[in-house]
Amino acid sequence: MIAELGHYALMLALGLALIQSVMPIVGTRGSDAVLMSMAGSTALGQFAFVAMAFGALAVCYATSDFSVLNVFENSNSAMPLMYRLTSIWGNHEGSMMLWVFILTLFGALVAGFGNNLPAKLKANALAVQAWIAAAFDLFILTTSNPFLRIADAPFEGRDLNPILQDPGLAFHPPLLYLGYVGFSIAFSFAIAALLEGRVDAAWARWVRPWVLGAWMCLTLGIAGGSYWAYYELGWGGFWFWDPVENASLMPWLAGTALLHSAVVMEKRGALRVWTILLAILAFSLSLIGTFLVRSGVLTSVHAFATDPTRGVFILGILVVFIGGALALYAWRAPLLKQGGLFAPISREGALVVNNLFLTCACVTVFVGTLYPIALEAVTGDKISVGPPFFNWTFGPLFLPLLLAMPFGPLLGWKRGDLLGATQRLLIAAMLAAVAIAAGYALQHGGPVLAPFGVGLAIFVMAGAIIDIAERTMILRIPLSAALRRAAGLPRSAWGTAFAHFGIGVTLMGIVAVTAWGSERIAELKPGGTIDVAHYRLTFDGLFSRPGPNYRDLVGHFTVRRTSGDLIGAMEPSRRTFPARRMATTEAALMTRGVSQLYLSLGDPTPDDSVAVRLYFKPQVLMIWLGALIMFVGGALSLSDRRLRVGAPRPAKAQAALRAAE
Amino acid sequence: MTRKQRRLVLIGGGLGVLAIAVGLMLNAFRESIVFFNSPSDVADKHIAAGTRIRLGGLVKSGSLVRGDNLKIRFGVTDGNREITVAYQGVLPDLFREGQGVVAEGVLDGAGVFNADTILAKHDESYMPKEVADVLKKSGHWKDDYAQRAAMPVAGAGK
Repeated sequence: MIAELGHYALMLALGLALIQSVMPIVGTRGSDAVLMSMAGSTALGQFAFVAMAFGALAVCYATSDFSVLNVFENSNSAMPLMYRLTSIWGNHEGSMMLWVFILTLFGALVAGFGNNLPAKLKANALAVQAWIAAAFDLFILTTSNPFLRIADAPFEGRDLNPILQDPGLAFHPPLLYLGYVGFSIAFSFAIAALLEGRVDAAWARWVRPWVLGAWMCLTLGIAGGSYWAYYELGWGGFWFWDPVENASLMPWLAGTALLHSAVVMEKRGALRVWTILLAILAFSLSLIGTFLVRSGVLTSVHAFATDPTRGVFILGILVVFIGGALALYAWRAPLLKQGGLFAPISREGALVVNNLFLTCACVTVFVGTLYPIALEAVTGDKISVGPPFFNWTFGPLFLPLLLAMPFGPLLGWKRGDLLGATQRLLIAAMLAAVAIAAGYALQHGGPVLAPFGVGLAIFVMAGAIIDIAERTMILRIPLSAALRRAAGLPRSAWGTAFAHFGIGVTLMGIVAVTAWGSERIAELKPGGTIDVAHYRLTFDGLFSRPGPNYRDLVGHFTVRRTSGDLIGAMEPSRRTFPARRMATTEAALMTRGVSQLYLSLGDPTPDDSVAVRLYFKPQVLMIWLGALIMFVGGALSLSDRRLRVGAPRPAKAQAALRAAE
Repeated sequence: MTRKQRRLVLIGGGLGVLAIAVGLMLNAFRESIVFFNSPSDVADKHIAAGTRIRLGGLVKSGSLVRGDNLKIRFGVTDGNREITVAYQGVLPDLFREGQGVVAEGVLDGAGVFNADTILAKHDESYMPKEVADVLKKSGHWKDDYAQRAAMPVAGAGK
C-alpha cells in the first residue's frame, strides 16, 4: 500500500511539474501576475508530493518490505537501519528518487524564500526547474520505477553491495547530489535570464549563494568519496582518475569557475555572457555526471545498470537540456548588455585567468573521460586513458593557476598594481624558497619535483594568510586595532582566504603522499614482522569475529616504533557477506598526526600465513583536511549573504564594507 | 586601452591557454593510451613485446599457481587462446578462477604477460564490459554472465 501511495504521489508531482513548466512562462508573456505566481504554489506542491514518494520508499526500506522489487534487490533485513536507509540511494532507481527529491526541495526553497526576486525572473526560473523535474519524474516513472512489486514476496532481500555498506556512503552521494542539483538553480536562472533577454548584477547576487552552496556540497562530497575509496577499496589510493570521480570533478571545476566569474558580475557587472555560459555548463556537466555514471556507459564502481531504454531516455534528456540550453544561449546571449571595463592586470583580470585555467583543466578531464567511449563508438578500438594522461594535462594547467592564485585577492578592482602585489607576496615566496631548499636537503631519493610541490603549497597557504594580514594591517597598527579590522572584514574575504588556504593544504597532502609514501607487500606467518618508515608491525595471528550480516576474518598486528616503543594494535580484516557470497577488504588505519599507517589483508593461505599490504602515508589527512577548510571558507562566504542581500543596511556598515574591500 | 583592444587581449589569452591545453592533451594521448586486447587479439595483431596493453578474459580454471613472495601466475583465456600472466602482489578481493579479469602490463620475449595491475570484478556475477565483448566475439559467451552485470571494478595497483 505504501509503495503504491509513493508511486501515485510521484505521478501527481509529474502533473504539477508539467503545469509549472508552461503556465508561468505564459504568464510572463502577458505579464499575468496570477499565472506567474502559480509557479510558487506548484513548486511547493511538487515538493510535498515528491517528499511523500521519497518517504514512502524510505518506509519500504526501513520496514524491509521485500515485496517491493527495489528493496528486495538492494536491502536485507539483517542490515542495520542506517544501511537499510542508505541503500535507498545505493541503487539506480533510489538514487534518481533522491535526485528529484533534492531538486524539488530547492525549487520549493526558491519559491518560499524568493519573495524579493523580480516576478518575471522567478516565474521563468521556476518554470525551467519544472522542466528538469518533469523530465526526471518521467524518467523514473517510465524506466526506473522503484515502487514495482514482486508477485511472490521473497522472505529475505539480496543485500546491498557490501562495498557500499559503509558510513562513507551514507553521506557522500547525497552531498554530491546536493552539489549537482544546486547547479540546477544557477542553470534555471541562466535560462530565465536568456528567456527574458536581460541580466544584471542582482542576478549574480541571487545566483551566487546557490552556486556557493552547491560548490560546498560538491567539495565535501568529492572529498568524502575520495576518502571512502581510500579506506574501503583497500589499496590506499585517494584518487584514481576513474570516470566516476572525473564525472564529479568536472562540475566542480566548472562550478569553481562560475563562483569566481559570478563575483566579477556581481561587483562590477562584467563577464555577464560568460557567467551565463558557465552556469549552463556547470549544470550540463552535472547532468552528464549523473547519467554517465548511472547509465552503464562507463564501466565503473558506480555503474548500476545497463539498460538500453534507459540509455536512450538519458541521451534524450542530455541532448534536449544541454543542446537546447546552448542553442538558446547562442540565440539570445547577444541581447545581453556588455558590462564594465577593466584592465588586464586587475582583480577582474585575475579572475578571468582563474576561469581560463579552470575551464581548460575541465576540458582536459572531459576529453580524457569521454575519448575512450567516443573512440570505441567510432573505430571499435578499446582503450583506457590512465592517470598519466591526467597528470600530464591537468597538472601543468593547475600549476599556473596555483601560482597566480595568491595574487588575485591582492589586486584592486578595475586596475591592479602587480608590482605592489608581488612585493607583498615576497615573504610567501621566501618561505616557499626555504621550503624547497629544505626539501632538497632532507629528501633522500624522492622525486626531483616534490620539493617544488611543497614550495608551491606553502606559497599558496602563505599567500592566503598575507591576504588577511594586509587587510587587517596586522603588525603595522596596534594589535587591538588590527583585531577590530579583522572583526570588521566582510565574511567573504575570510571565505576567500580559507578556501585558498585549503587548496594549499590539499596540495601539500597530495605532494607528500605521492612523493614520500612507502609501500610494503609481504606474506607473513604468525610472529613475522614487517617494517615501513620508522614503524615495525608484528603479525600475531588471525581470528574470526561475527558482524550483523557478515563475518570478519581479522588479523591482529602489534605496532611498534623501530626503536621498540609500543604504539598500539591494528586489526585489518577480510569481510565475507553470505547474502551476496562476496568479500571485501577492511583496511586498518592508524593515524599519527596527519599521517597514516594503512594495512590491508590479502587472501589467507592454507598454512596460516597471510598476504599483507602495508603503506605509510605521510600527511595524507591533509588532502581531506584541505577540502574541509575549503568547505568552511564557502560557509563563511555564504554567511556573508545577509550583508549583501535583503534589507538595506545602515550607511556606516556599507562604508566599512567598501573600505575593507 | 580601448574596449576592443582589451577584448583582444582576453580572447588572445583564452585561445593561448586553450592551445596549450590541446597541446598537452595530444602529447599525453601519445604516451598514456593503453589498448585493450583479448588473448586472440594479441596473437592476431602480433603485438610486440614491451608494448603496454590491457589484457582481458577469463582466469583459466586450475591455472593459478602461487609462488614465493606473493608471485602469482595464471592463464587468461577467451576460449580460443590463452596467455600466461605473471604478477607479484596482492590480488583484488574477488579474483577467482573462471571469472573475468583485466590485467595491465607488457608482454615479455617469451610470451608471458607481466602484469603490474590486476583489475577484477567486485561482484560474484559481474563481468567487465570489455571481457564480455571478448567472450561474445569468440563465441564463448553465456547469458547468465550478464544477469547482474555492471557492478564495480576494483583494482589492485602495485
